[in-house]
Amino acid sequence: MTKTDSFSLKFNDGWKYDPAPESIDHISIAEQYGLFINGEFVNSEGSKYFKTINPSNGDTLSKISEANKKDVDKAVDAAKAAFKSWSKMDPSDRAKYIFRIARMIQERAREFAVIESLDGGKPIRESRDIDIPLAAAHFFYYAGWADKLEYAFPGKNTKPIGVAAQIIPWNFPLLMAAWKIAPALACGNTVVLKPAETTPLTALKLAEIIKDSGLPKGVVNIVTGAGKTGSYLVEHPDVDKIAFTGSTEVGKLIRRATAETNKKLTLELGGKAANIIFEDAPIDQAIEGIINGIFFNQGHVCCAGSRLLVQESVLDEVSKKLKARLESLIVGDPLDKNTDVGAINSEAQLEKINSYIQVGKKEGLEMFQSNSKVPSKGFFCKPTLFFNVAQSSRLAKEEIFGPVLAIQSFRTVDEAIEKANNTPYGLSAGVWTDKGSKAFNMSSKLKAGVIWANTYNKFDPTSPFGGYKESGFGREGGVHGLKEYLILENQEG
Amino acid sequence: MNKRVEVLKTYKLYIGGKFSRTESGRYFKLEDKKGHTVANLCQSSRKDFRNSVVVARKAQIAWEERSAYNKGQILYRIAENLEGRKSELADLISAERKLDKKKADEEVNDAIDTFLYFAGWTDKYQAIFSSVNPVASSHFNFSILEALGVVSSIMGPDNNFQQLAALISAAIAGGNTLITLVPAELSLSAMTLAEVIHHSDVPAGVVNILTGFEDELLEHMAGHMDVNALLYWGDKKETVIKIRELSESNLKRSVFWPTEKNRARSPYSIYDLQEIKTTWHPIEQIGGATSAY
Repeated sequence: MTKTDSFSLKFNDGWKYDPAPESIDHISIAEQYGLFINGEFVNSEGSKYFKTINPSNGDTLSKISEANKKDVDKAVDAAKAAFKSWSKMDPSDRAKYIFRIARMIQERAREFAVIESLDGGKPIRESRDIDIPLAAAHFFYYAGWADKLEYAFPGKNTKPIGVAAQIIPWNFPLLMAAWKIAPALACGNTVVLKPAETTPLTALKLAEIIKDSGLPKGVVNIVTGAGKTGSYLVEHPDVDKIAFTGSTEVGKLIRRATAETNKKLTLELGGKAANIIFEDAPIDQAIEGIINGIFFNQGHVCCAGSRLLVQESVLDEVSKKLKARLESLIVGDPLDKNTDVGAINSEAQLEKINSYIQVGKKEGLEMFQSNSKVPSKGFFCKPTLFFNVAQSSRLAKEEIFGPVLAIQSFRTVDEAIEKANNTPYGLSAGVWTDKGSKAFNMSSKLKAGVIWANTYNKFDPTSPFGGYKESGFGREGGVHGLKEYLILENQEG
Repeated sequence: MNKRVEVLKTYKLYIGGKFSRTESGRYFKLEDKKGHTVANLCQSSRKDFRNSVVVARKAQIAWEERSAYNKGQILYRIAENLEGRKSELADLISAERKLDKKKADEEVNDAIDTFLYFAGWTDKYQAIFSSVNPVASSHFNFSILEALGVVSSIMGPDNNFQQLAALISAAIAGGNTLITLVPAELSLSAMTLAEVIHHSDVPAGVVNILTGFEDELLEHMAGHMDVNALLYWGDKKETVIKIRELSESNLKRSVFWPTEKNRARSPYSIYDLQEIKTTWHPIEQIGGATSAY
């Protein structure tokens, strides 16, 4: 037995953290929200409402309008009308409005972070340090592009597309809104955005900022609702561009539903990323990367490192250290600053995750969960490891979208590449090795849009994000993200 | 003196570096203006397409990994070798499309120049379209273009020989392997171009050319699960819709190029058949210093 094997830290007996909850005094959430259409909050034509709840305790936070077809028509009409002047506005002025939005998000960052964690269940540390600052950064980044588009695509003239319908998921509510709205506006398009039905609040708070920023009416419209509202939006004849982030299943439906139209389409879909640990990797750092890769945001991440591939020679060491690290993860109140893993976003999602855990048990896989306590109220799931998962197992093939890691092993570099690429998805992958040439070799062989080498789950507005294969098409972020919101025309002469 | 009896050529398919007849044994006729048979062409079957995908997939990674310089030289070699068969190709083009000889000559010249044009792009397009991204954290972050993989394509009756040259060049310059279905109107020139490609150090399986009918093969091509992209160079609305619908199967990229006055002589033709891959790596921080990228 080596020295490191002889003891392990016990985090759950004796050493207790005091609660460190973020205050919710300074935030305001209305009892009821209308739709944000043509620069105003208006009541839904159908007067139907649904509740949005706090997934960590089940409390109702607010009542949200369910936009019907008439509402969607109104929103698209407003966006279409606004396009005429917005697309012709001096691009430098367009930029100023977008910069304003970035600044106002920064000014109200604390409020947004708290609401994001309340409504979605993610740890306040993540919404405070990642979601909200990155959302502001996206607006700031793309604001600067508005009057520089002629430099982005050499030899081409650029033109905005028109009305963009944008449908976003519940895992990064404000951040996804920023990823979608910022480049669309910078390129001169107008927007109708539909946030997810379980996390509409920060999008509606963003509507307040948009109003305060003085952005011309109708340039951004926000309609709330579920799949039905989304389908009205997708099918609307005056929509020129659709940007969707969500499941591969729905992405395929949208591909088919828009086949007869010339609507431009970008799809940011599911993933089943391999996180590959070589024997020469800095193991302790890799452990942190594995934990961050799969338990960041409760694993509700399309690019989560949900398949762990470990080189056989270090499998025992990695497994042991992972188990120890799992014991130190604090699962609990999303608003507590010590919380590592927050609440599962919804009851339906918790059921889905639990059903996959049952699949693993039925397959007779070795399972590991920590001894840490999980709150009795609300939707929580213990971080879970499954060992010796076969390539054919559903746990290795299907996107779980929760804190469940499927662990596999490999012997050679070729085997790692083969296993990593053996999936219809291709959003992201992770590689851990101390050898630069190996990292570059892996980076070029892995069929995925984002490769994290000796790091994981990093995002930046300057960095294009998007998938290969069934993880969708198009990129968000960076200069490449502009292309999705422009028509490129040949220059004359 | 007796008039010499010509030796007629049998036109086959070009799959995996081999000239083979369609496995289906079927043929269709190409006739001249007077209705005389010019050639019996192979009517490719779904199985011919599937076989092409297998060889194209097998050849893809190795082709992509050839150096940009090498790919450029191979495209240049195609141009060199085409130069020597100019008049033959012009004759075939005027036969298959009932075009006057002068126009056909121009087209062949244009096609040769197109191969040359793309030969020069292989080691340059990456510099135009890739980026080093100044992320806020201490990471080196860059985005590069990477081949989509196996690209299939359908050319319509309105396409010309220069366009075929542009399609093949753009696809393979970017590291893809290609299967292209050409109509009767391009069949003789395309299969002759295949002979040139075959003798220009293009590895087997990188370019595969089928003759046959779009109507028959469209659904199969758009629905195939091991094809990364389908490029349609044509203007038929129904074809465009069908491709979009069926591409849902594996979310293959559907790329549409209009026919009219489109020579596709642009690095954006390469870009159309590429993915963007972004790589992150940490930069060590010593004494609080961060990266300057």
